[in-house]
Amino acid sequence: MTEKNGGTGGACGAGDAAGIELKTPLGSEVLSLRAGQRVFLTGTIYTARDEAHLEMKKCGIPFNPKGAVVYHCGPVIDTEKNTIVAAGPTTSARMNSLCGFLIDEGVCAFIGKGGMSRDVLEKLRGRGVYLAYTGGCAALAASRMKLKGVSYPHLGMAEAVWEIECDRLPLTVAMDSAGGNIYEEVAGSASKSFSAMFP
Amino acid sequence: MTELIRRRVADAAFEAIRLAELELPGDYLAALKNARSLESRDVAQREYENIFENLSDAKRLSVSICQDTGMHIFYVTVPEGFPMTRAISDGIRDGVIRATKEIPLRPNAVDPLTRKNSGDNVGVGAPAVHISIGDKFTVTAMPKGGGSENMSRMYMLLPSQTGDIKKIVTQTVLEAGGRPCPPLVLGIGIGGTFDSAPALAKEALLLPLDNMDEFEREICDSVNRLGIGPMGLGGDTTCIAVKVKKAHCHTASLPLAVNIQCWVNRHATVEVDTEGMFP
Repeated sequence: MTEKNGGTGGACGAGDAAGIELKTPLGSEVLSLRAGQRVFLTGTIYTARDEAHLEMKKCGIPFNPKGAVVYHCGPVIDTEKNTIVAAGPTTSARMNSLCGFLIDEGVCAFIGKGGMSRDVLEKLRGRGVYLAYTGGCAALAASRMKLKGVSYPHLGMAEAVWEIECDRLPLTVAMDSAGGNIYEEVAGSASKSFSAMFP
Repeated sequence: MTELIRRRVADAAFEAIRLAELELPGDYLAALKNARSLESRDVAQREYENIFENLSDAKRLSVSICQDTGMHIFYVTVPEGFPMTRAISDGIRDGVIRATKEIPLRPNAVDPLTRKNSGDNVGVGAPAVHISIGDKFTVTAMPKGGGSENMSRMYMLLPSQTGDIKKIVTQTVLEAGGRPCPPLVLGIGIGGTFDSAPALAKEALLLPLDNMDEFEREICDSVNRLGIGPMGLGGDTTCIAVKVKKAHCHTASLPLAVNIQCWVNRHATVEVDTEGMFP
């Protein structure tokens, strides 16, 4: 069905097979993470999509941003039982131009899917990382999460800032604080493969 | 009688949606497992780990596989001689409304211009219901996610471009990158008219995946050589399968449609209970 293509370059295959355990709030350990490594994140994270970013910029960040982790996610919450039904990642690129102030205030990791822009990568240099979580894996996420609280609930379920306690969320370092970026690497080698196939 | 048809179709539609949202079809699941076994990259293997753990969690907890529970498309087959009644499409709508509340599903259907959400996944022209004649009275539900739909493309090629089809499909996936949540299934419609090529492409996604012909396999291999990999993080497996559906077209035209399906390749068929419907 598929043909082995020898991968897309060796740099991002690195990392401990078992993965690195991370606990929030994050500190300088974030700076030693490298693109391609597997991490398991335990502790508190905060969801934020487009509207939440705009609201936080205007009205303040409703949590201590130092070492905090922001998850690009609009969860499905069972409001009667106060539980998380589904919490897969949303496309992070929508937050490219909105997330700068969070990094400036000390947020040092974003979780999402699809990666972020070169501007964000530069902003993260020496300060933080982007962690990829598998698109569509909403049930797995929910099974490792507990709901703790909510800020800006008037934004609606998908856009509010939910405070979530997670237990070993399985993630991949996709953009690191030294400028490493899996997405850029893959896009570059895919373009090369395309040109080689269809000269 | 029409009341009975409406009720039974609603039950079948509800059950088809439930099955589709919670569990992937057997042939696709086997192909996905095979892709995992062929994948050589660590980063990609971990994406598969998450994918398979997610599938078992969805089943165990009876929750949808993905939070994007899709736009709802139905294919209904009706036996020869059965009354073509509005009760069929009414029943489908009832089933969608019930599924939205009970499974539950995310309300995704909005007015295209005001962007106002209908709240129940039903609206003007939604769900889409395609009815054709078949051996049995069946309802097939196909909830389609927005991300992969957005990266799907339609091209009106020149008749002289038949040799470029593989290149154009590969380029479509290159430009999509990780955005449609690979590994993918590609439904390809070739021929027909401007409107029918995308319809063929969507129907192609319902074909069994275990018997790709040489042309389909060639396209699949070409896409996999891009190395985009699961979720665009790099890997040998970008495309699980390619299925093509053709129709005769105008001698001046070559319509080509590529319908991209994300790894959550959902569809399920349920037979309508017809007891008491036939004299």
